[in-house]
Amino acid sequence: MPNIRDLLKQRILIIDGAMGTMIQRHKPTEAIYRGERFKDWKIDVKNNSDILNLTQPAIIEGIHREYLEAGADIIETNTFAATSIPQADFELQPYVYEINVEGAKIARKAADEYTKKDPSKPRFVAGAIGPLNKTLSLSPDVNNPGYRAVTFDEVVDAYYEQVKGLVDGGVDLLLIETIFDTLNAKAAIFAIKKYFRDIKKEPLPVMISGTITDASGRTLSGQTLEAFYTSVAHAKPLSVGLNCALGAKEMRPYIEELSQISSCYVSAYPNAGLPNAMGEYDERPEDTGHYLEDWAKEGFVNIVGGCCGTTPDHIRHIAEHVKNIKPRPLPVIEKELANR
Amino acid sequence: MQDTVVIKPYLRLSGLEPLVIRPETNFVNVGERTNVTGSKKFARLIKENKYEEALSVARQQVENGAQILDVNMDDALLDGVQAMTTFLNLLQSEPDIAKIPIMVDSSKFEIIEAGLKCVQGKCIVNSISMKEGEEKFIQQAIICQSYGASVIVMAFDEKGQADTEQRKVEICHRAYKILTEKVGFDPQDIIFDPNIFAIATGLEEHNNYGVDFIEATKKIKQLMPLTKVSGGVSNLSFSFRGNEPVREAMHSVFLYYAIKAGMDMGIVNAGQLVVYDEIEPQLRQLCEDVILNRNNTNNEATEKLIAFAETVKAKGKEEKKDDAWRNTSVEERLKHALVNGITDYIEADTEEARLKYPKPLEVIEGPLMDGMGVVGDLFGAGKMFLPQVVKSARVMKKSVAWLTPFIEEEKKKNPVAENGNAPKILLATVKGDVHDIGKNIVGVVLGCNGYDIIDLGVMVPTDKILETAEKENADIIGLSGLITPSLDEMVHVAHEMKRRDMKQPLLIGGATTSRMHTAVKIAPQYDNGVVHVLDASRSVTVAGSLLSNEQKKDFLTSIKTEYKKLADDFANKKPVKQYISFADAQDNKAKIDWDNYTVPVPSFTGTKVFNDYDLKEIRKYIDWKPFFISWELHGNFPDILTDKTVGTEAAKLYNDANDLLDKIVNEKWLTAQGVIGFWQANTIAPDTIEVKYEKANIKLESLRQQIKKAAGHPNLALSDFIMPKEKGKKDFIGSFSVTIKGIEPHIKKFAEALDDYNKIMLQALADRLAEAFAECLHERTRKEFWGYGKDESLTNEELIKEQYTGIRPAPGYPACPDHTEKYKLFELLGGEEATGIHLTESLAMYPAASVCGWYFSHPQSQYFGVGKIQKDQLDDYAQRKGMSIEEAERWLRPILE
Repeated sequence: MPNIRDLLKQRILIIDGAMGTMIQRHKPTEAIYRGERFKDWKIDVKNNSDILNLTQPAIIEGIHREYLEAGADIIETNTFAATSIPQADFELQPYVYEINVEGAKIARKAADEYTKKDPSKPRFVAGAIGPLNKTLSLSPDVNNPGYRAVTFDEVVDAYYEQVKGLVDGGVDLLLIETIFDTLNAKAAIFAIKKYFRDIKKEPLPVMISGTITDASGRTLSGQTLEAFYTSVAHAKPLSVGLNCALGAKEMRPYIEELSQISSCYVSAYPNAGLPNAMGEYDERPEDTGHYLEDWAKEGFVNIVGGCCGTTPDHIRHIAEHVKNIKPRPLPVIEKELANR
Repeated sequence: MQDTVVIKPYLRLSGLEPLVIRPETNFVNVGERTNVTGSKKFARLIKENKYEEALSVARQQVENGAQILDVNMDDALLDGVQAMTTFLNLLQSEPDIAKIPIMVDSSKFEIIEAGLKCVQGKCIVNSISMKEGEEKFIQQAIICQSYGASVIVMAFDEKGQADTEQRKVEICHRAYKILTEKVGFDPQDIIFDPNIFAIATGLEEHNNYGVDFIEATKKIKQLMPLTKVSGGVSNLSFSFRGNEPVREAMHSVFLYYAIKAGMDMGIVNAGQLVVYDEIEPQLRQLCEDVILNRNNTNNEATEKLIAFAETVKAKGKEEKKDDAWRNTSVEERLKHALVNGITDYIEADTEEARLKYPKPLEVIEGPLMDGMGVVGDLFGAGKMFLPQVVKSARVMKKSVAWLTPFIEEEKKKNPVAENGNAPKILLATVKGDVHDIGKNIVGVVLGCNGYDIIDLGVMVPTDKILETAEKENADIIGLSGLITPSLDEMVHVAHEMKRRDMKQPLLIGGATTSRMHTAVKIAPQYDNGVVHVLDASRSVTVAGSLLSNEQKKDFLTSIKTEYKKLADDFANKKPVKQYISFADAQDNKAKIDWDNYTVPVPSFTGTKVFNDYDLKEIRKYIDWKPFFISWELHGNFPDILTDKTVGTEAAKLYNDANDLLDKIVNEKWLTAQGVIGFWQANTIAPDTIEVKYEKANIKLESLRQQIKKAAGHPNLALSDFIMPKEKGKKDFIGSFSVTIKGIEPHIKKFAEALDDYNKIMLQALADRLAEAFAECLHERTRKEFWGYGKDESLTNEELIKEQYTGIRPAPGYPACPDHTEKYKLFELLGGEEATGIHLTESLAMYPAASVCGWYFSHPQSQYFGVGKIQKDQLDDYAQRKGMSIEEAERWLRPILE
């Protein structure tokens, strides 16, 4: 079976679309979130998508299948907030490891099934590592800008536990995504490096995806795109890219810039446009496909897909549009200064 | 599809913004005041828990030019981990400080790690070393790497801190091997601190410490070229504590030599570095002796420096004017002032008109626009010339500025009131280019014709141009550029305009642009109108046609047809020129009889720096013709002064220019800085000149004419004019750079006074002075420094006609069209420090009034144009330069078919 690095040389790979949007289609109730196992849990767990790995694995597996059917080469585990810090809101910290293992297993099972059906198109599972609800560079207290709600070591510990769960559950890749505070991402990178040093194994490939929040062209924690890239380059990632916050139209100049500065592969999975007045995403799948085709033709990207508001239909269109376009070649990395 | 990206092995750091340290970056200042061991004030604030106030120390460092901030909390009375954490967390909330990278500085690794946990950007760790052995060093390096930090490695091992050159180099090299081979560090992420120790302490064994550092730096950079060298400079002058002037002078002199040797960054008090040339000469001499350990037997130099006292100085000057016409109506006076460009009474007259008219806006729409209408008509009829129009604009601007507050007031009272709807024209000099005289002139001329000008200045990225155009709803976008890489940038802008589906027509102007390039390369990128504008006076008719509903369509159609024809002709014409193979071209190089040639030997090798060269002297060499051309007055000098049509105006302009020159010279508005140098050189291949340089030999690569020549005519390359190595004799090459510095405050002053006339005049004169300075140094080189033309006696006119022996071609110009050779030229001359010139990413020189070039002395050397080259030469050239084909293509695009 070809590995992901070989495939990236040959074509643009497709990563799946939104998980949340798809879960909401099932209109799950509190009871559905709780399932049998947590039916007597002390507090409400509604909207804790990650718990569904334990309580409704069939729903999650179904969503993975839909994306695989639509043509996704890479699917993301349902573990965006499966770390002890956000799970503390539901007092579910003791289950974090298990949520990650199960999340990885569900995706693994679906992916393997599709690989088996068509071995010429192998499918990969990326363990999704989200940004946390507490941030290391920003103070939640306007009157005390030096205050931090969490420490670097706590964040490293939280990510370490998640990484262990994802790796034990069998993911192929680790995806640090929706990074709006680079220091949180650096803690995740630190945890990944530490984990693989501890278990004395070759690290899995890491994908990194930041979020430019608005037209200022900066992350929420204030970095420009190049500064962000410079700050995470030590992860020696498989790919670096952008997702969320912006639609394809708004994201384009940043993806263009990233394609110029990134020494690794470039990924991009924008939202389905910007939310409308009702807070809904209504960009049509063919439009998203069209935008991403333009990026592909310009040679900006290697991995494309969707974030908030995108559906299997979006992914199908994207896959169709970029199918025959050559991927961005890896840059030439010079090892010495030009003849001077 | 874009070209394959090339990533260079530069040290890349970040705060909220990136900091990339390129070979041409020169010296990086690391701010040192946020250090409890170095700043008493900072230490007190931290100890008293006044962190907010301590931030102001950091801010002051950034404002004074620190590019990296060193933070150190090593004090026995402090909880270092807690202090570092508190301070850095707080600092992250100040974007104007957090924009630059942080250097986390401590001798305790736990404090370093605490710092790294607070900063999202890519930091530098200061420092780690092998003082506690290899194992600990590796362990700490891995932790730094896990945080993504670059490291400073101090030249310190199990035996102690390195003091001699040899130990410094040995330890650094050992650390390098460990970091790159065992830990997996990229070489560019390694910074060495080879230890700056105090000198002039009175102990003889300390006297050579400065030299040891400088020499070690040279070796380190030779051995490990991607690494960086840093140091804490203030240690050097430790024995002069309390005597700031002496300390600052010592630091500047030391840096001058250390940077030449390859030092990349240093921890300095960013607010307090004196400029090397401005150090009082006697003090500078004393510092040099002490630092370079010269004339220092029995501590003689040290004693002298200690004995040195202080000096003072002062300056001042002013002047005034007169008049005649004043008895007409206010409307007539305004018109007169506009047409004649007189600003003396404009505010009083404007005020009088304001009181006379019911609304302030009516003054603009009435008498002022009437006056400008007259100016426009006269200009259109060729009865007024550009310099006058620019003066008129100055009057107009001043008058409008007087009225503006009243108009604002009016608007407040009556919010639905008129909003100006003059068409908007956005102007910008594209990314990578610093030249803007032409663009400023176009702006003024269009402004006079009633357009609202949005001038984005120089080095403007595409996105900013297009976003502003969209936001401001500009009606036309105008791009300007002077150097060849700007042409590509303009193509990119056009490409982006199409992609963004923009509608505005695009105007292209500037010295390297041409109708042909616009037709062939830019126009096909964008469908809604691309027009090349030859000069400022044409811009008015072009803008007029583009903004008129009746004319626009026909105008654009005719332009499109014309450009289409040009492009077709261009495509068809291609095979007309015949080229020969590169190998044949090399065989047909210039025939020079080297065996019977005596090489003239320069009076010195290495460089000679001219700081603050006498402008009075330079002025004599000014070539006035280009000056008049920049004002769109064409003709030969001095005939132009008596020309029937433009003579009067040319003479006025010439007088104004000389008045301003008097001021520039007498009041020292500008300073001239130049460097020349000579080195032993021979060709080692047909197109490669090897230059013997102190650090390492440098190979200059020439480009060769490849067009088929008539029999007996050679295919020239600059390398033809240097003796081949196999002849066994030494030949020489020279180079120079000159720059005219200090224009910024004066430009700002004129801009604030709304005085475009003097602003453009000053820019044009600075350009002329730079060219004159180049001419002057070249003459001295021929007669004196190289001395092969001792008997030469040429008039200024003959000089301008290049009737001298030898040439001074400039990289980026026809004989050597590759701009990237400038890197070598500037390295030879001592970089930004010595030359005072900064190279942009497109290799434009800043200040804009700068000239550089090579000196060739051979009597057969001549100016020529390389012309177009073929693929075989491109491949060979790329290989010689160590560039990818793509990169070579990018730089050589103007000479590729």
